[in-house]
Amino acid sequence: MGFFQMLVQQLLNGLSQGAIYALIALGYTMVYGIMRLINFAHGDVYMVGAFCGFFLTADLHWPFPAALVASMLLTSLLGMIIERAAYRPLWNAPRLTMLITAIGVSLFLENLFIVLVSPDPRTYPAGVLPQHTFQFFGGVRFTLNDVLFWGVTAVLTFGLQFFVQNTRSGQAMRAVSFDSDAASLMGIDVGQTVSLTFAVGSFLAGAAGVLIGTVYQIDPLMGIMPGLKAFVAAVLGGIGIIPGAVVGGLILGEVESLVSWAGFSNYRDAVAFIILILILLVRPSGLFGSTAKEKV
Amino acid sequence: MYRNLRNRALASVGVVAVAALVLTGCGGASSGSGGGNSSGGGSASGGSIKIGVALENTGNAASYGQSGWKGVQMAAEEWNAKGGINGKKIELDFQDTKSDPTGATQATTKLLSDGVVAIIGSSISSPTIAMAKLVESRQIPLISPTATNADVTVDPDTGKTRQYAFRACFIDPFQGQVMAKYDLDTLHAKKAAIITDVGEDYSKGLAQSFEQHFTQSGGQIVDKESYTKTDQDFRAILTKVKQANPDVVYVPGYYNQIAQIMKEARSQLGMTMPFEGGDGWDSPTLLQNAGASNLVNTYYTNHYSSDDTSPAVQNFVKAYKAKYNATPDSFAALGYDAAQILFNAIKNANSTKGADIVAALEKTDLDVVSGHITFNAQHDPVKAAVILKFDQAAGKYVFDSKVNP
Amino acid sequence: MATQPAKIPARTSTAALYPWRSMGISILGMVVVWGVVQWLSQSGVLNLFITQTLVIMGINVILAVSLNLITGVTGQLVLGHAAFMGLGCYFAAILTYKMGLPFPVGLIGGGLVAGLGGLVIGLPTLRLRGDYLAIATLGFGEILRIVYQNWDYVGGAVGMSPPQLANWTWVFWLAVLSVLIIWHLVDSSHGRALQAIRENEIAAEAVGVATTRHKVTAFIIGAFFAGIAGGLYGFYNYAFQPSSFDFLHSFNILVLVVLGGLGSITGSIVGAVVVTALQAALQSYPYIQNVIFALLLILMMLFRRQGLLGRYEFHLSMIFPGLRREEKGGHSDGARS
Repeated sequence: MGFFQMLVQQLLNGLSQGAIYALIALGYTMVYGIMRLINFAHGDVYMVGAFCGFFLTADLHWPFPAALVASMLLTSLLGMIIERAAYRPLWNAPRLTMLITAIGVSLFLENLFIVLVSPDPRTYPAGVLPQHTFQFFGGVRFTLNDVLFWGVTAVLTFGLQFFVQNTRSGQAMRAVSFDSDAASLMGIDVGQTVSLTFAVGSFLAGAAGVLIGTVYQIDPLMGIMPGLKAFVAAVLGGIGIIPGAVVGGLILGEVESLVSWAGFSNYRDAVAFIILILILLVRPSGLFGSTAKEKV
Repeated sequence: MYRNLRNRALASVGVVAVAALVLTGCGGASSGSGGGNSSGGGSASGGSIKIGVALENTGNAASYGQSGWKGVQMAAEEWNAKGGINGKKIELDFQDTKSDPTGATQATTKLLSDGVVAIIGSSISSPTIAMAKLVESRQIPLISPTATNADVTVDPDTGKTRQYAFRACFIDPFQGQVMAKYDLDTLHAKKAAIITDVGEDYSKGLAQSFEQHFTQSGGQIVDKESYTKTDQDFRAILTKVKQANPDVVYVPGYYNQIAQIMKEARSQLGMTMPFEGGDGWDSPTLLQNAGASNLVNTYYTNHYSSDDTSPAVQNFVKAYKAKYNATPDSFAALGYDAAQILFNAIKNANSTKGADIVAALEKTDLDVVSGHITFNAQHDPVKAAVILKFDQAAGKYVFDSKVNP
Repeated sequence: MATQPAKIPARTSTAALYPWRSMGISILGMVVVWGVVQWLSQSGVLNLFITQTLVIMGINVILAVSLNLITGVTGQLVLGHAAFMGLGCYFAAILTYKMGLPFPVGLIGGGLVAGLGGLVIGLPTLRLRGDYLAIATLGFGEILRIVYQNWDYVGGAVGMSPPQLANWTWVFWLAVLSVLIIWHLVDSSHGRALQAIRENEIAAEAVGVATTRHKVTAFIIGAFFAGIAGGLYGFYNYAFQPSSFDFLHSFNILVLVVLGGLGSITGSIVGAVVVTALQAALQSYPYIQNVIFALLLILMMLFRRQGLLGRYEFHLSMIFPGLRREEKGGHSDGARS
């Protein structure tokens, strides 16, 4: 493989990881847009999604598409429960309180799952998806799994954009995000809208969890790093902005892939945080922050 | 207002203080007596001998610790069925090291406070080094089943053997040396690539020794890559390894990441050359997670093989299967061996004093599951290593050859 | 406390005398606590595990009180307190274990490096507020962890295993010292400036509080003491590794402060003592321990978000009313919530 093929290979590898970051980042960005809350538990919702998919395919032998959709529904239910039980009672409390609660929910989910399913890593059953490797351009490879990652992420992102722009519920979300008091005066049920935002965000995280499970091992602490990095992606793109989260996720995935390629794989995790600190100092509103004012 | 405030604050402080004392009491005093300094004393509490076990029950090495614990329990049950050590029942006290040196220190302190006469643990190197330093100051012998780093039994600052620390496994450099020899002599490899888990001293130790012996005997290292245990995607580094086109790839990491590496290397990048590693590969999880077809043409060095036909191994495997309904891995076998070595030493010393047990341990000359064991001056066992090869027809790793030191 | 309240005269008005008397009682009380524990553990009445738990308690008190200065008193949420601790630990180990300097020098050196870390992270992130600051400090901690992991001189991912030089005496007196210094700071005009920043930064600035200087000072002092605690931690536990100072550890320190009550120094002490004792009691049940703490954190936020003590402070005058300084007229920092 020549340099150019290697570059393409690394970019393709980064695209798959970036798609996962993007799916998780969408949930972060929506919740932040509407509640100004960094939902630390979001990475763990992703973990729960991965385990739902595991048990549905490995123990109940469901076909993959059914397991994917069921896991997404289960995680959106979990998202709504978390919001109702842990965050809603604190609406009028200082933001610090809610943030600490989010950390508590995150730690709780992680440790609960350690108790429930043991800390050992697992993999999805081997035949859950057909395996195929495509090859082109003098040895550059990608798999059916990669295609699935890209496809699902694209469909969900465009679906979300359509939902937010063109449906009544989506309009309500935008209104609450813009000014929740005014929205409430206009007859929008703010509580219901927040609940819906959590459901949609968790729905996407559930999808990301099941997708990652088809390729990588899953364990109860798997949500921590991707969760933090997805937050970085959301900030990078401009928090609260849907296309920003997707672009931020993809950029982060690519940068990590290129950093590993350059021989600094040990510093890969640090890169995300260096990007975060730089962006916060140089351009806190993110890449899309000033041009696209609209927030969800 | 002010008085009220004062009372509430006082009450809170009082409640908290009492609660703290009670809780600390519960936590520390569950074993009743036994000051930390008692060094075991001549006679342990009424007809029983208390042995501490500090292994990984949580954290990333939990799977090793849990296997080792099964082996230790089995050994203790066998001894107790035969009347214990010199007529005294063995009582095991288990604590979790959390796969971390700080957790290991806390677990060991708990055991010392509970008045154990000796400690078995832990299964990985960094926590065991912390434990070895701690037991040294309390004159309590420590034997680790599987901590392979050289610093476990030798203090790197002084170069002296730690008087109270022993282990039941061979050390890292030996595994790297054995694999390098096998590659050159049996596989006729000329070019090797090394992928190291930089987060683990164990991995770095094996890689270093492999590199040294492989290049000394005329081989060439064409690529060196590294990863850490939080990595999920290894395609970036594997793509580079593939480009270097080595005859063999040496990956002395732990099975969690190995499963992923093998899946990506074989199915996604189409790399067909032999991949090989050390005892960190030894876990049923590897096969389960990587899939048989991805493990074809892989090898690893290990402490024992359950296929070994020697009676010691076969009896152990049979008993283990009967008790746990599973084939024992090396961690279980070495947990069992460590316990056997320690119990024998206490029996021969006919004493529970630390110094006496240490003297008896140094004289160990025993046939155990992982072979015939004696200790050298560094408290490392002198024994053989086996090489295991994946057999696709059998769907498992099988015994390939035995290499003596 | 083994002092005799009878000796204290009924309240008179010579206020200037009282701080000294109050200090005398405090010092006496502390000497008694220190001495009793020292004697009990030397004589073997307190076993090793209890002694170790008390030492960890002391270290946690320093960590909680110093984080409280930044997060509770000044209102700047930091999720990287373990990073300051790690700086102190690593540099104390480098100075003492690697370079052979005396332990106290290493300890203070480590604290100073951590304080420098507080300055480095404090200055640029001052532009950030609330959540952004939290996540930036978390990132700072993770970057440091990865740097240690790749730095062979400090043992890479395996970390270092320095000798045990810290003990109950060191930890106890340093804990006392850090509590006294931070308490004094909070009770000073500087402390009132910090509280003003917490309550409303813009208003504070408008009335002439130099918010930047005060915030940075709080960061430096908080980080310094975290560094001292880190040095004690490293030199007590025989070994440490980069992951000993990851953000999960930062969360754990935050739990101490939140449970005790954000803004209350007494609360932080109580939080550190209670949590450490609970952890020790649950030593044999590692899984359950973590679930319980997470649940406790959530329930605390939902039902008693001011923590165990809210912003109450404990003063000796609560036991010995004669010591109250009349001119202060109660405790401004205590009565608000």
